[in-house]
Amino acid sequence: MAAAVDSAAVAPVEIPRPPDRYRTFTAFVSWAAPASLILIVAVLIQQAWPSVTRFGAGFLIGTEWNQVTNSFGALPFIFGTVVTSAIALAIALPVGVAVAVLLAEPGAQGVRGALGTGIELLAAIPSVVYGIWALYVLAPWTLLHIETPVTDRLGFIPFLGGVPRQTSLFTASLVLAVMILPTLSAVSRDVIRSVPRGLRESTVAIGATWWETTWHVILPAARAGIFGATVLALGRALAETVAVAMVIGNRPEIPHSVFSPGYTLAAVIANEFAEATGDIYQGALVEIGLVLILVTLTVNVLALLLVQSARARALV
Amino acid sequence: MRRFGNTFAQGVMYAFTVLALIPLGLVLWFTASNGLPAVSHLEFFLNSQRPTGIPGGGVANAIAGTAIIVGIASLAAIPVGVLSGIYLAEYGAGRWASWVRLASDVLVGAPSIALGLFAYALVVVPQHHFSGISASVALAILMLPVVVRTTEGAVGLIPNGLRESGLALGLPRWRVSLQLILPAAAPGVITGALLAVARAAGETAPVLFTAFGNQFLTLDPNRFMSTLPLVVFRDALTPYKDLQQEAWGAALVLVVMVLVINLGSRWVLRRQIRLARQL
Repeated sequence: MAAAVDSAAVAPVEIPRPPDRYRTFTAFVSWAAPASLILIVAVLIQQAWPSVTRFGAGFLIGTEWNQVTNSFGALPFIFGTVVTSAIALAIALPVGVAVAVLLAEPGAQGVRGALGTGIELLAAIPSVVYGIWALYVLAPWTLLHIETPVTDRLGFIPFLGGVPRQTSLFTASLVLAVMILPTLSAVSRDVIRSVPRGLRESTVAIGATWWETTWHVILPAARAGIFGATVLALGRALAETVAVAMVIGNRPEIPHSVFSPGYTLAAVIANEFAEATGDIYQGALVEIGLVLILVTLTVNVLALLLVQSARARALV
Repeated sequence: MRRFGNTFAQGVMYAFTVLALIPLGLVLWFTASNGLPAVSHLEFFLNSQRPTGIPGGGVANAIAGTAIIVGIASLAAIPVGVLSGIYLAEYGAGRWASWVRLASDVLVGAPSIALGLFAYALVVVPQHHFSGISASVALAILMLPVVVRTTEGAVGLIPNGLRESGLALGLPRWRVSLQLILPAAAPGVITGALLAVARAAGETAPVLFTAFGNQFLTLDPNRFMSTLPLVVFRDALTPYKDLQQEAWGAALVLVVMVLVINLGSRWVLRRQIRLARQL
């Protein structure tokens, strides 16, 4: 140390920098997140192996779920997951974008702050609380005021007929719609905010109303990002477990109506894994978990890339 | 006509927003009105769960279980998450940092039930029994990305002048980072950690087949444990009125905890941003 100071005093010699051990250390610690991600997928593949080797690709299209004969197929769960997520998105998308547009508006911070807080709280409530509420409040109401009238009048339309039930794909979709709404509106709001101000101002300057500006300029400019937000919300819907498990009816078959009970990938793991006996049965449930995590990871990466590129483009 | 269209569209937007907030109101109202009768007895917090038909049951076992499981998860996730977040904020320009960011963002969206399966394979299978500690493993992974990203955000808010003045005094990077920047960013970091705690404490899926549940009070994380979300999930699905009541009570406790942490953290964060602007 003293030598370095001396030599520096004599002539402008380059002082060798000590290695930044702090940087090395924190960089090492930051392995934790990527490493756990890889480890999770690896462990699930290993655990699912008995089922993977036994059923092969047929697992994904098999419709039987029988613990006695040890024959397992995931199609009913895939069907339930896809249908509930799709309906939830269809409900949440217009509402979520509307909320995002209002939240992204400049000015009037008081009302908007309260609104934003409300939407964020919606995201913070534990899913099991949504579950108990949906089971005892939403499901009976839905049966009485939506499912029964619709089947009575429009029962001839495919997927709307049958005998409506409190616990159904539709009820699960409604809960999901509520739960993914905050994701959808928060991410969309950020994307809409990143639309350059000049764009909005120039449209207003040529005499467009607020709505014309929003509909013809802001929303098209933010389209890619809103799509990303939708995909992100889809990931949340696919992954949601307990709230769905409480209201979907837990029946491992492909129903003929959205008002009938069904099952989802996540829900069947939640309900059956603790009691599952034998390598094949457990392996089948872990394979379902593996399918679920691979699909949601893909969906999430896709969504993040979409949102990032949308924001980057908006900033240019 | 255009003006009318504008007003109409604005009306629709506001209507949608009100529609979005209705579920929040309904959930809060029904949880409060159904849960208050349960939590208004002190035994609810002092006694453990009892079978249906026996009065005086409480959720002390679940509260203790939640505290211990989430506590252990926090001990693992918060230091690791904070250091990772510091790395991203201080040295986060390179390619490796962007991988860490992507992994964290993806991990936030990973299905929590899959984390449960992972912890089951990693801890429960070798041990041959369910345990509180296995649930902590699952919840630690759940908390980690939240802590990482909130820490990065909070440290990033601190103006560069503070960092430079520390370095100019000849302090090594680690002392600047841990003794100067981190205390300045502490409110943001702590609220991020608290948000992660709130999220972990409310999770059901990862604890279903790791902690599994336990009717009796235990403080030993090596044994079966109950948590508040488990009580809500299991009791709500029973046909017994008294157990359903207990479920609503536990749900109310969860909701109050989440509301307090979230509203509190919003307040602290807003203050922090204002202070950072003044610096």
